[in-house]
Amino acid sequence: MEAGVLVEWLKKPGERVARGDVIAVVETQKGAIEIEVFQAGTIDALLAQPGQKLAVGAAMAIIRADGEEPVPREAVPAMPAVVAPSPPAVPLARPGLEGRASPAARRRAAELGVSLGGIAGTGPGGAISLADVEAAAPAAPSFAGMREVIGAAMARSKREIPHYYLGHTVDLETALRWLETENLKRSVAERILFGALLLKAVALALRTYPEFNGFHVEGKFKPSEGIHVGVAISLRQGGLIAPAIHDADRLSLPGLMASLRDLVRRARCGGLRSSELSDPTITATSLGEQGTDIVFPVIYPPQVAIVGFGAIARRPWVTDSGIEARRIIFLSLAADHRVSDGHRGGRFLRAVAERLQEPQAL
Amino acid sequence: MTDEEVKVAVLKALASVAPELNEAALVPDKSFRDQLDIDSMDFLNYVIALHETFRIDIPEADQRLLDTIESAVDYLRRRSARASTARG
Repeated sequence: MEAGVLVEWLKKPGERVARGDVIAVVETQKGAIEIEVFQAGTIDALLAQPGQKLAVGAAMAIIRADGEEPVPREAVPAMPAVVAPSPPAVPLARPGLEGRASPAARRRAAELGVSLGGIAGTGPGGAISLADVEAAAPAAPSFAGMREVIGAAMARSKREIPHYYLGHTVDLETALRWLETENLKRSVAERILFGALLLKAVALALRTYPEFNGFHVEGKFKPSEGIHVGVAISLRQGGLIAPAIHDADRLSLPGLMASLRDLVRRARCGGLRSSELSDPTITATSLGEQGTDIVFPVIYPPQVAIVGFGAIARRPWVTDSGIEARRIIFLSLAADHRVSDGHRGGRFLRAVAERLQEPQAL
Repeated sequence: MTDEEVKVAVLKALASVAPELNEAALVPDKSFRDQLDIDSMDFLNYVIALHETFRIDIPEADQRLLDTIESAVDYLRRRSARASTARG
């Protein structure tokens, strides 16, 4: 991702902002992203204009920290635009006309969660048509753009990262039975999917194996203090996005499940935050129950490892009492040989498997 | 609720997780998880949407009955009739 287009400012000059507040929405090749601030203070000036194309890293606004003097007006730099297209001709919303919408437009607006009040109709007499509603809906990610981003990242990964791969088959019967009993106590909305247990097991195992959690930058490995697990989410129309669940090792299982549900919903409907896309310290990928037994994943640079989960399958399994049909999963790991070796990788994967044998401790 | 009203509610719940769905192309007695490539998270969100619309609890063991349009309509009609008798 090299650039994005500023869609709107959500804060005005003079407003106070706290670290983590969302101040703007930017349209990128990965879809509409919410931009957060990393410093608390007061907004002195907004440098970029809606509709303007901005390079990654470009200054967008000036935020004055508490106790700092305001920046004199003449010292505010003009925003260097990558491209400054003329603003698109957008018809203004006219009050009083929101009642005039076709039935199809009303239905689509309800489906998309779009308010008719904010839409300017282009139909006869200013009526809102289906096309007006679809044009007003949050922009879906550009899939051609997304494919380009994935292609560039994966080409770089395969070019630069000496991958090694490991796999380990894990008996999940104990964990699945425990989860089924747990879910009996929960209402539908509080139900936990098995994917949350897998993510928690990976996050906890990383505490003991920090060499798989961090970034390889400027020729060396920088471990990360926080464990932010990127979750690969496939988009049905095509493409893939891997936003992070922050501090996944410190979340309770219900908390992690709530984060996961929220993340998947926002990945598919728009509204991911800039920090979620920029700071996963490892990625986990699952092909889901309709997928294959084994996935051989590719590391997302500058991360140094990725864990894969195959589809859960019922298979013959040798136990102390003989052969039983049990539900098993194939865990895989691709890791960066510049940072770790197969011996440690194997121990890490076994640590994930061991965590899954004690689901009540997750 | 008539079968048609239940079906509309099922399709609405489905559209909340798969807005791109084409109702006309859906085969009513075939799993739409396959037809629409719906994963477990989307399926859970669809079940939650039905739970909120029909105001009934849906045990995990019953979720497989919500996997086709036909079986979902049948299940929800039975369950909501029972729930309204209990409420009444």
